[in-house]
Amino acid sequence: MHSQTTIRSLEEKALAIRKGIIEIMANGKRGHLGGSLSIADIIAALYFHQMRIDPKNPNWEDRDRFVLSKGHSVLAQYVTLAELGFFPREELKKVKKIGSILQGHPDRLKTPGIEASTGSLGQGLSVACGMALGAKIQGKDFRTYVIVGDGESTEGMIWEAAIFAAHYKLDNLTGITDQNRLMASGSTIVGSLVPKWRAFGWETREIDGHNMSEILDALDWALTIKNRPVMLVCNTIKGRGISFVENNVDFHHCALTNEQYEKALKELEKGGKK
Amino acid sequence: MQSMEDMRDAYGEALAQIGEDPRVVVLDADLSHSNKTDIFRKKYPDRFFDVGIAEANMVGVAAGLSLTGLIPFINTFSVFAVGRVYDQIRISVCYQKANVKIVGTSAGLSDAHDGATHQSVDDVALARVLPNMTVVAPCDGIEVRKAVRAIYEHFGPVYLRIDRMPVPFVWESTENCQFKIGKANVVKEGSDVTIIASGCTVHLAVKAADLISKAGVKAEILDMHTIKPIDEEAIIRAAKKTGAFVTVEEHSVIGALGGAVAEVLGEKYPTPLERIGIKDMFGESALDWDELLKAYDITVEAIVDAAKGVLHRK
Repeated sequence: MHSQTTIRSLEEKALAIRKGIIEIMANGKRGHLGGSLSIADIIAALYFHQMRIDPKNPNWEDRDRFVLSKGHSVLAQYVTLAELGFFPREELKKVKKIGSILQGHPDRLKTPGIEASTGSLGQGLSVACGMALGAKIQGKDFRTYVIVGDGESTEGMIWEAAIFAAHYKLDNLTGITDQNRLMASGSTIVGSLVPKWRAFGWETREIDGHNMSEILDALDWALTIKNRPVMLVCNTIKGRGISFVENNVDFHHCALTNEQYEKALKELEKGGKK
Repeated sequence: MQSMEDMRDAYGEALAQIGEDPRVVVLDADLSHSNKTDIFRKKYPDRFFDVGIAEANMVGVAAGLSLTGLIPFINTFSVFAVGRVYDQIRISVCYQKANVKIVGTSAGLSDAHDGATHQSVDDVALARVLPNMTVVAPCDGIEVRKAVRAIYEHFGPVYLRIDRMPVPFVWESTENCQFKIGKANVVKEGSDVTIIASGCTVHLAVKAADLISKAGVKAEILDMHTIKPIDEEAIIRAAKKTGAFVTVEEHSVIGALGGAVAEVLGEKYPTPLERIGIKDMFGESALDWDELLKAYDITVEAIVDAAKGVLHRK
């Protein structure tokens, strides 16, 4: 159980992430909006509460690791890293501009705070497994977190990694599935994920990926599991927080008109006052 | 001293030696017996991981391991080591400059029995085109040992390609074989034609040079163990000296050693060139590796003919 103050404060962080995402998309700049909005609450919980990190020392050996396997949702992460001070907020205005440290997909060599270059779907879970195994080999106690998309979970490599992590008992790995049930072109075809992860030997819990209290409890619960990796299947809404974006695949990768931009920010303002 | 050694044996022993460094981790995809990673496995069981038959995951896991400061060596047959996991190598290894060593054994046609599905005719070309990648194909057991240590000391992605059959020694001893990544080894000096070979074909080039020397042709032999970065300086120096080239490799003539040498010569010092290798086709089963090399014209005789032929184009 977490205090209402903690929960409320993280909800505000999540809201700020959503606003930040929209602000990046000012003046018709295209971005992967839907999937970035669906992970905002999880990202807020991880970065502002759960993970052991030090923005002043991004290469600290014992930091927790985070891999965004669904790399296209990186806008949520950029806003968060800027807020934490990994790089100046000014950089957010340069997202995807030539020469920018903020690429269209995560690039660990260009962006302070990014742990793995991802974007080609299906690969990040394996990379996260390697980090978790690396910790065990070296007797380090850092934890590795990874967000996988449900659309991405159609990739065969995800299930190769699932077998690997269970076999090698990677209990220092917390997997998080952003189950928004939509891929770029419509509904996902991956089917029921919870029974799949359980069948692959992962301790699995299904939660509401927009309920901060549930997210925090599940992240804590994951720490108690021994000898197995953990998968939190988070039910989310693609485009969460903006009425005309929610569950609408037209906003998977999109530009906003000026009118849509204003409306989106206004709706998020209201969302903050509940 | 034995006259031949299976490169895999040399590799397995060399790998176990660098295992003294606790950062070295070895992964294999159910081929540890054939790849001779068993030697490492026995010596350092806590740092050996069989990933099962799942090469894509092996590449990703290795990338993750390297990002925590370890030095993973991943192992499978050459035919699976690059092409099968190309995008994983491109993004998770090369794009993020992960310090992963990819080792492909049973290269070229050397897995004669198994046929085209297990023979790699394109792996070097595929690996070579990736930014940040280094590609190494040693010529004998001695050079394999040198190469293993060199790629372990080199920070960054490397593809190491080795055969599966006993190959005659080109080098007499480890002292005798200098090995520096990106620096071609001169096996024999000559002034009439340059034969550039890599991997198991270097010893064929040596025999060919001996044969044509009887006809008064002085062939220079370069052991181009590093195909990327290619030693441009050595190629241009040789071009100025001999003015005629033959490349030899157990790989498609497209895109690997022959292609790399042609690129350098075409841009920097146009010189006649003949390429010996597999001619844009798949392999096939044979009961004997030598028989297969003959069928695909990767022989001493073919090198001799090419060397004589290219002399006329000077």
